[in-house]
Amino acid sequence: MKVVVDEEKCVAAGQCVAAAMDVFDQREEDGIVVLLDENPPAALAEDVRNAAAVCPALAIRIEE
Amino acid sequence: MAESDTRQATEERLYFYQDDRDTTCPFAPPPGLRALNDHAPVTRARIWDGSTPWLVTGHAAQRAILSDPRVSSNDKLAGFPYPNKAMAETAHHHPLTIFNADGADHTRIRRMMTRPFTRPRMEALRPQIQQFTDELIDTMLAGPKPVDLMHALSLPLPSLMICALLGVPYEDHDFFQEHASFATRSDKTTEEQQAANQALGGYLAGLLQKKMGEPTEDVLSDFATRIKDGDLTLPEATLLSMILLIAGHETSANMITLGTALLLDNPGQLARLREIDDTRDVANAVDEILRYLTVATFGQRRIAAEDFTFEGADIKAGDGIIVPLPAGNWDPEAFPEPEKLDLTRKANHHHAFGWGIHQCLGQQLARIELQVVFGTLYRRVPTLRLAVERDALAFRPADALAFGIGELPVTW
Repeated sequence: MKVVVDEEKCVAAGQCVAAAMDVFDQREEDGIVVLLDENPPAALAEDVRNAAAVCPALAIRIEE
Repeated sequence: MAESDTRQATEERLYFYQDDRDTTCPFAPPPGLRALNDHAPVTRARIWDGSTPWLVTGHAAQRAILSDPRVSSNDKLAGFPYPNKAMAETAHHHPLTIFNADGADHTRIRRMMTRPFTRPRMEALRPQIQQFTDELIDTMLAGPKPVDLMHALSLPLPSLMICALLGVPYEDHDFFQEHASFATRSDKTTEEQQAANQALGGYLAGLLQKKMGEPTEDVLSDFATRIKDGDLTLPEATLLSMILLIAGHETSANMITLGTALLLDNPGQLARLREIDDTRDVANAVDEILRYLTVATFGQRRIAAEDFTFEGADIKAGDGIIVPLPAGNWDPEAFPEPEKLDLTRKANHHHAFGWGIHQCLGQQLARIELQVVFGTLYRRVPTLRLAVERDALAFRPADALAFGIGELPVTW
C-alpha cells in the first residue's frame, strides 16, 4: 500500500489522524497533513483506507 | 395538460422545507424530509421566501455536491437560499468568512484558524477535559436535585474549553453565553441579534487589543500577533474570534444535552455504553450519536456557479442548493436501518460536521469533549434519569439554526 497526500487540498479537519495516528500527523503551524509513513504495514491498511474515506477534502489517495 | 400547467401542478406539490419533526419521534429528522430521499437524492423544494432551491438528501449525493467546485458558498450571489429573513437582510454586508468564502480565499482564512484545533492538540487536552467534566459532575452531585443538565454540564464544559483555548476569561461567561446564543436563536429579532453581535464584538476587540500588548498562550494572542504583522485587521480578527466563540458553545452543548436525552430513551444502548472501555469504541459510539442527532440541522447552503447535470437534475447557474445533513445521515444506503441507534455501528462517515472543505474545523475538540462526557457521566451517575416526562421537553423551535433542547431536568 502506498499513500499519497495533497497538502494543497487539505483543510486540517484532523480526520486522518483520528483514524490512523501512526500514519498521519498534522503540521504544527496550521494543521495541514503530514504523512509519517507512505508505505504503511498491512496491519494498518484498514485504518488508512478509513482515513482516506473520511477525509472531507479528498486529499488522501491510496495506491494499492 | 399543457407543459406550464404540469409545471404549476408540480410546484404546488413541492415539499416545504423546514425542520418539522414528528413530536412523537423528536430525535428523528422530519418524516417529510426522509420520504423525499426515498424518492430521489436531489429534488426541488420550497423554502420560507417562496423560492424553490434544490434539496440534496442522499448521503452519496451530499458528498458529491459538497465537494463540487461548480458549487459556491458565496452568500452575496442572487438566488442564494438563505436560512431565514434576518440572514437574507444582512447578507449584503457579511464580511468574508470561512462560511461564505470559496477556493483560495477560503483556504487563506481557514488556515489562520486551524492551528489550535488539530487532533494531536485536542488529544493533549483530553486530561483537562476529563478534569473539568469530573469537577462539574462532582458539583452537580453535591447540589440539589433535580438539576438542569444544560446548565450543570452541557454548557459549562464546552464553554470552559473554548475560553481556555481562545484566552477569554471564563468569569465573563454569563455575558458571552447569552449573547452568543442569540446568533442561533430564531426567537430573536434581527435588531436583537445585531445588538448582541455588537456587544460581543466590542468585548472581543477589547481583549484582542489587550493581547497585542500582553500576549499569552492562546488563540486570541495568535490573532493579535497576526494583527501586528499586518496579516489580519482588528475587525477581521474580531469576527474570527466571534465565530470560534459562538461555534464552540452551542453545538457541543446541544449534543451533550440531546445525546443524554436520546440515551435515556434507549436504555439498552445506554447500558452498553457504560460497559465500553476501549477509547476507539467510545469514539465510534460518539460518531453514532452525532449521526443520529445531527444538531447542525438546518442544511448547508450553497449556490450553483455554473450549469451542470447532477443525479438527473438540471442545475442552472444561480440555483440555490440546500444540503440537509440529517437526511444524509439517515440515508439507509449509507446507514442501514438508520432509525436504529446502534453504538457499535461503523458511523464515522456521517455528515454531522458537514463535508467538503467547509467541514467543521472544531470537530476534534467536539469529538473529544463528547467522548469524555459520554464515557464518564453515565458511569458516575448510573441512575441518571429524566425528572420530567419526555413529552415535556422543550425542543428548539422548527426554524432554529441548531437542533437542541433548551433545558434537560434530570435526577438520579
